[in-house]
Amino acid sequence: MQEKELIPHLYRAEFRKITAVLGKVFGIAHIEVAEDIVSDTFLLAAETWGLKGLPNNPTAWLYTVAKNKAKDMLKHDSIFNQKVVNEIKYSSSELHEIEIDLSGKNIQDSQLQMMFAICHPGIPAEAQIGLSLRILCGFGIEEIAVAFLSNKETINKRLFRAREKLKELNVKIEFPPEAEINKRIQNVLTTLYLLFNEGYYSATRDKVLRHDLCLEAMRLTYMLIENESTNKPFVNALLSLMCFHASRFDARTNPKGELVLYDEQDTRLWDRQLITRGEYYLNKAATGNEISKYHLEAAIAYWHTIKNNDEEKWEKILQLYNKLLIIEYSPIAALNRTYAVSKVYGKEKAIEEAEKLNLNNNHLYHTLLGDLYFTVDPHKALEHLNQSLKLSRSAADKKIITGKIRKLDLEKK
Amino acid sequence: MNEFVLIFRTDYLPEVKFSPDEMQSMMQHWQNWMGGIAAQNKLADSGNRLGSNGNTLQPGSVITNGPYAEIKEIITGYIIIRAESIDEAAEMAKGCPLVVGGGGQVEVRNIVPMNG
Repeated sequence: MQEKELIPHLYRAEFRKITAVLGKVFGIAHIEVAEDIVSDTFLLAAETWGLKGLPNNPTAWLYTVAKNKAKDMLKHDSIFNQKVVNEIKYSSSELHEIEIDLSGKNIQDSQLQMMFAICHPGIPAEAQIGLSLRILCGFGIEEIAVAFLSNKETINKRLFRAREKLKELNVKIEFPPEAEINKRIQNVLTTLYLLFNEGYYSATRDKVLRHDLCLEAMRLTYMLIENESTNKPFVNALLSLMCFHASRFDARTNPKGELVLYDEQDTRLWDRQLITRGEYYLNKAATGNEISKYHLEAAIAYWHTIKNNDEEKWEKILQLYNKLLIIEYSPIAALNRTYAVSKVYGKEKAIEEAEKLNLNNNHLYHTLLGDLYFTVDPHKALEHLNQSLKLSRSAADKKIITGKIRKLDLEKK
Repeated sequence: MNEFVLIFRTDYLPEVKFSPDEMQSMMQHWQNWMGGIAAQNKLADSGNRLGSNGNTLQPGSVITNGPYAEIKEIITGYIIIRAESIDEAAEMAKGCPLVVGGGGQVEVRNIVPMNG
């Protein structure tokens, strides 16, 4: 590895590990102190290594320095020490010598426990994603700001409020009791899925960053699979779903960074390896009696990796969307189901179903109706596409809709 | 939005047998119909299907064989939907495979709300 890439690489790989371990030692109320110590450690590394050259084992160096900084802090800042000791309530034998264990096992455990703490239903989803990116993924504030199309101040404020809320709720950094895991993990999975979607559907043009967000969401999901008590069928289903979606990552944008719709994608760009991995996790998900929404969504995503466009494919997809909607309604599933109806039963039938959906404020709804009416009634199609253009917010969406309107005009001539 | 129960009634005809293909197609019709209601966010409860085994208890501990309310007609299941009015609920019931394909009836009943 090039030396100039070393620190960013280590930062991405190690920041989150040390932060999780220190955060676990200090308690959620002092998570920011943990982040600061690790940031300081990296700063010291940059200065020292620049001056004296690289140590033999840079990771071990970072662990030792971070550990010493944490111990110093506990030893010399008596107010902080008291707070930590009071809140964590160490047993008396541990009172003066707080152990900081940076072994692989403890790093893994601390990160998982941190995941449960951060993905807490008491703080807004957006803040959960932000904190996850910062603490579980080691993203810089700048990067998070770019991912959210926001600025550093806003993100800092958002993270600050989220940390305050965790403190207020007195969230513990620990595994939920075995009996509660199934319930608590749902919120973790929702956050990981949102994190993935943030990368997959993000309006930011930065393709590398978006790709990173998807990979991070997959990595965190994989951590849950590696751990026995969280290796549940629906977690495998979620990872399978992410693999299938991610397989189209390169196909769904063109070299100019514009979105390419599913029907128009160059299927040679679909990543076979990720599709195979998706199939592997889908098979692993197929145990137990429960069919979760992630199972259904993974199965839908699986059918989308099949290249031919025959009726069987869309019939299967339609049935899966029916089941998904029966379990849990979402506008996007309702729209996708209607699209599948059009593929199986034709546009007239789909229009009839679409007009019952009552999603007039959703730009995707009007885009769908625009597509369905495209050849059936171009005037109505134009009305819907114009409405969609009015309601859409991102430049990428507007571009696609304008493209459709332009095509429509050509066909009328 | 109010809630309504759609109660499915069919004639109990054990002598009528369906081929696997027919059953597959029946299942798809049911799923499409329920999926269509769910897509409008109007499926409150996907309900239950009822089997054909049953006894009916009458006053005086008289037990009659079978779940039949009237001769040969049984309730085979129910779902709960959300609708503004009983007319809208009935409109939604029109798509039910029992009504479309014949072979049964759908009873639409309002649920009396417990809170106000």
